[in-house]
Amino acid sequence: MSGERPVGTRRARAGDRLLHLYTWLIIIWLSSPIAVMIMFGFNDKQSKSNTTWQGFTLRWYAELFELSDLTTALLNSLVIALVSTALTVVVGTMLGLALGRHRFRGKSVTNFLIFAAISTPELVMGASLLSLFVSGNVPRGAVTIVVAHVLFSLSFVVVTVRARIVTLDPSLEEAARDLGATAWGTFRQVTLPAIMPGVLAGGMLAFALSIDDYVVTSFVNGSTVTFPLWIVGAVKTGVPAQVNVMGTLIFGVGVLIAVGNAVAARRRA
Amino acid sequence: MRRLTPYLLALPSWMWLAIFLVVPMVAMASVSLQTGNAIDGFAMTFSFSNYSDAIGRYSTQLARSLLYGALATVAMLVIGYPVAYFIAFKAGARKSMFLFLLLLPFFVSFVLRTISWNFLLSDNGILFGTLKDWGLLPDDFHVLATTFAVVGGLTYNFLPFMILPIYVALERVDPRVVEAAHDLYATRAAAFRRVVLPLSLPGVFAGVLMTFVPATADPINAAILGGRSNTMIGNIIQTEYLTNLDYPTASALSFTLMAVLLVGIFVYARALGTENVLEAAAR
Amino acid sequence: MNPLMRGMTQPRTRRDVFRIAGYSAAGLALAACGVQGQKAAPPKADAVADFWAGQKKNGKVVFANWPEYMPEDKGPLEKFKQDTGIAYEYKEVIQENAEFFGKVDPVLRAGQSLGYDIVVMTNGIQLQHMIELGYAVPLDHSKLPNFQANAGQKYKERAYDPGSKYTVPYTSGVTGIAYNTEFVKEEITSIESLFDPKYKGRVGMMADAQEIANFGMFALGIDPEKSTEADWRKAGEKLKAQSDAGIVRKYYDQSYIDAVAKGDVWLTMAWSGDVFQRQLAGEPVRFVVPAEGGTIWTDNMLIPKGAANPVDALMLMDYLYQPAVAAELDEFIQFVTPVPAVQDLLREKAKAAKGEEKKTLDDMIASALMFPTEADYAKLRSYTRLTTQQEQVFNPIFQSVTQA
Repeated sequence: MSGERPVGTRRARAGDRLLHLYTWLIIIWLSSPIAVMIMFGFNDKQSKSNTTWQGFTLRWYAELFELSDLTTALLNSLVIALVSTALTVVVGTMLGLALGRHRFRGKSVTNFLIFAAISTPELVMGASLLSLFVSGNVPRGAVTIVVAHVLFSLSFVVVTVRARIVTLDPSLEEAARDLGATAWGTFRQVTLPAIMPGVLAGGMLAFALSIDDYVVTSFVNGSTVTFPLWIVGAVKTGVPAQVNVMGTLIFGVGVLIAVGNAVAARRRA
Repeated sequence: MRRLTPYLLALPSWMWLAIFLVVPMVAMASVSLQTGNAIDGFAMTFSFSNYSDAIGRYSTQLARSLLYGALATVAMLVIGYPVAYFIAFKAGARKSMFLFLLLLPFFVSFVLRTISWNFLLSDNGILFGTLKDWGLLPDDFHVLATTFAVVGGLTYNFLPFMILPIYVALERVDPRVVEAAHDLYATRAAAFRRVVLPLSLPGVFAGVLMTFVPATADPINAAILGGRSNTMIGNIIQTEYLTNLDYPTASALSFTLMAVLLVGIFVYARALGTENVLEAAAR
Repeated sequence: MNPLMRGMTQPRTRRDVFRIAGYSAAGLALAACGVQGQKAAPPKADAVADFWAGQKKNGKVVFANWPEYMPEDKGPLEKFKQDTGIAYEYKEVIQENAEFFGKVDPVLRAGQSLGYDIVVMTNGIQLQHMIELGYAVPLDHSKLPNFQANAGQKYKERAYDPGSKYTVPYTSGVTGIAYNTEFVKEEITSIESLFDPKYKGRVGMMADAQEIANFGMFALGIDPEKSTEADWRKAGEKLKAQSDAGIVRKYYDQSYIDAVAKGDVWLTMAWSGDVFQRQLAGEPVRFVVPAEGGTIWTDNMLIPKGAANPVDALMLMDYLYQPAVAAELDEFIQFVTPVPAVQDLLREKAKAAKGEEKKTLDDMIASALMFPTEADYAKLRSYTRLTTQQEQVFNPIFQSVTQA
């Protein structure tokens, strides 16, 4: 912002600062349960339940991988989330482009299906997918989990990408093509950079949806156990503190990526 | 070739949706008209009364779900819009950092978040227990097991789905356009209303779609945070399906929910007078 | 212009929706044959012999169980492997009965194998459906000598599976009342406390229809095992009045134990094992089986139809009934073991133990939650047994209270 604008600049600055503070407050609000989760990863608990504070220990960090089934579940979840996110982002961005840029037959039906996929209760989606896989004699496992995750995150990517595309000016792409760029070249050089924020945002939503899904996964998992599945099962008798530690590590790695990203962006600027 | 482009772009999604969504939906439509029980089997009787029976029995929960979903969506919009605005226009190089931080809590299992919320919001816990000890709250004050907790939980859990699309739409707006608007209109509020808000509407629409619909169908928040009479339609569908094995009723309720939501979104789109606003935004 | 919006605001949409409806109608005609019933034919006298004739030991078994139901070192399974040479796969895949049934039903209905040789389910509607639908393999008792020798009498004669035709118990627990001694200043002995207006808004009840039905009936002096439809309606009214008076804070699935330990509710319906673990952690909760009655439930092992290794499964089931093995399991699970001899084994172990370990063992041995006395057992009843037709009457009565 240049300081040349005479009217209301000081008030505008104060407003910006207020917004900045507000955003941090929202982040803190969203993260507050995570703080509790991190704390209980250090809880020196004596019984199976982990809900009252009983003193500090690093024991659970030392014994992080003692529960082999839990470790497997976490790895399963990470791999499934990465694969299904990658797939969803590619397929969803393509559809987002088609819907946001083109006229074609079947567009309204597609819009309706996108809506239907969001509004189908998870349980119904999971149960009907299971019936489908059973009647097609498809063995349930990691692959069917990925299929289901792509199905329920697809709409979110499509809707997010499309919200970006409809704000774009098509004349830019036309100009590029007039200048002799190929369709693929135009896409890579012009369209993709312009829709990138939408693609990234959609990807993040897809990842969050996948790694946190319980209901649909519980139907199509066969005997593959994911992180949320394992934890829900453990709730009956008490969640081991290692679960908190793993959550802490996921969160920690995420914060590192976020901050690293910001630092790198500042260097570039 | 160019005429084929949209079909090629849509093809993978179409295949996915046709096999994994349309086929099950057709099967579900069929089941919703059958009668029988899980032990002796179900038979197609075209009993449309499954719908009227289900709606009659559960109209309270259906209406309650729409109310909670709408309340949470409004709350998300009010809370989320300023955040999206800040990140899009004022966060500079830290844009992706902020987005990431907003989403990170949702990479950790909802079970852990829920256990933590129960710890934080407990009647005599770290927050309210302390306030009660200081005499700042009456002894019987509580948040858990209330309507407020359910709507609050929905707001919390779906907030990123409101913020991200609004951000995505706003981020596209050239800051110079905003500045020019400030010069053009007398107040910041007027500049915002005339220029920024219309430009962000596609994002708002996407956000509402991605929050109102799943929030209304959600069973988890009501089950965990709700109390004696906060049951939502998602919980009913779950019980009918899993406990009662009443697949026709569960299917009929799902379709009813879908239809009601579709009508809701349609009314919302009309009420927003979107046609004009969006034409402007898209240009 | 947002295309979705246009899709929804233009009349063209309606036509497209109709087109979808058209496709659906076509599919509907295809699917009109409906979901096939699978009701099991009444078991033939020689069903057991028919099934087991020609089955052989394969040296392998897949055990599907609930999380935290097996010590982390898999001690009992390792010993089984050493003693019998049978390799095991142990999977913690069961989180909830209804959900588990929802998952396995389509698979078993299609005549496919689950990939498990043993599954564990609580006695209740879902287990009953498993048996009625013929999803459970009839057990050959000539191959269950340890069960015959070591299972407690009550665990051999269970109303939901007379003669242990299809199941043997894995572990049991009791539903009673848990209360927080910081907030409840009297000793709770009666079920009436759950209906006492002085605890308004501080009472937790269970959402499960069979669990809450039992407590409604105990409160009215009705034996749930012998109850009729009229009894259920009376119990439903009693529970509805309790809800309308604002006495109940919430109908819980499993989270009641945190709520009562923290004092969000002061007293609640509860499972014994949960409370015992909280007591070990030093939390101010006490468990009581009310004078009017409490519910006993059992998690049972069964062999699902289509299991690849039934002989190995049966051997493992029987192996877990050796007192030493059962003791090792029970020490970890801390519910009620079906093998009474475990109490003596733990007593001997406690004599040799020292310090913290000795104290924990002593607590276990003395606990009525792990080793109920005869007087405790006399008050305990199972869930109401229901036919499919009865279920369709029973469930709505109680669900209209818990899911208002």
